Amino acid sequence: MKRKRYMDPYLAGIILGLVLLAAMFFSGRGLGASGGLKYAVVAAVGAVDNEHAMKSSYYSKYFENGENPLKNWLALEVLGMFLGGFLSGALSGRLKLKIEKSPKISNSKRLLFAFLGGVFFVYGAQLARGCTSGAALSGMAVLSVAGFMTMIAIFGSAYLFAWFFRKLWI
Amino acid sequence: MGPITLLYELPQWMNLGIAFVIGIGFGFALEQAGFSSSRKLAGMFYGYDTTVLKVFFTAAIVALAGSQLLSYFGLLNLNLVYVNPYYINATLVGGVIMGAGFIMGGFCPGTGISALSIGKIDALFFLVGGLVGAFLFAETYPMIQTLASANYEGPLRIDEWLGLSPGMFTFILILAAVGLFWLAELAEKRFLRPDITSEI
Repeated sequence: MKRKRYMDPYLAGIILGLVLLAAMFFSGRGLGASGGLKYAVVAAVGAVDNEHAMKSSYYSKYFENGENPLKNWLALEVLGMFLGGFLSGALSGRLKLKIEKSPKISNSKRLLFAFLGGVFFVYGAQLARGCTSGAALSGMAVLSVAGFMTMIAIFGSAYLFAWFFRKLWI
Repeated sequence: MGPITLLYELPQWMNLGIAFVIGIGFGFALEQAGFSSSRKLAGMFYGYDTTVLKVFFTAAIVALAGSQLLSYFGLLNLNLVYVNPYYINATLVGGVIMGAGFIMGGFCPGTGISALSIGKIDALFFLVGGLVGAFLFAETYPMIQTLASANYEGPLRIDEWLGLSPGMFTFILILAAVGLFWLAELAEKRFLRPDITSEI
């Protein structure tokens, strides 16, 4: 199948904004992504070492209501994201197993930095109580100061560090 | 009148079903925008592709202006919509750590999910790293609890903070976004990298 071009960014932004508006209208909340990963970790730790999870001040609060931590709005939303992304990729002919990287770096270097980036990003997101989706985008849509400050901090910091990591990308 | 699930006490399966459908829309929009490509996302920080800024600000403004219109016509009670709490230190330190992760990994969590859903192996490594990051945070939580909860300002809103009406702030934000879009178009011409943009 022929690979299609990406959607016009302003049109994609309008669609994304309407999805966020739907989350606010139906569920009284914004979108999220890093929270879904957190619930996966909480559920896994609860299953592997239940005693540790119950003793920890961090994990135990997610088991208080006696329900599986994955029976949660964010966890279901993140599952839906995989299906939505897959459908979009299928419609536009972009489904393909590949490592995307600058031709100047090796596959293993790309994968190592992807892994490290993930560790940093989600650690920071737990501290800031949300990532680009849950804190910055959704926060700005409800005019929260935290949303604007998160956005400024994420993008400001990425610009600050961009010079050091330029060989990964350009 | 919204928020529907809060006002009409829908059963849990319906609430979770709504979350799943919204997730489908979210994942679809991110992938269509090209957020499944790390080199497209990273272009934001080197100027050759500014899709991130255009999509991000357009979406924020549509949701912000849309929710205010719904509220104005009595269709949405904004007092019941979650407003993110502001913990000054945690927000700023967490944001800086996220920015470092962004430039190393080329994704944020949402875009990483979008990329993995179409088969990007680098996104798989990013998300496995993300699970490790969430685990490390949980295990180190007792040590950073003080930082995480310092200088709590509550669910502070920027219009109140600046002493403006929500409508006025929204208007200013739209003007700022138009200015940023103009700069973004200039940057894409100035830092043109056809070798990268034709590949992605």
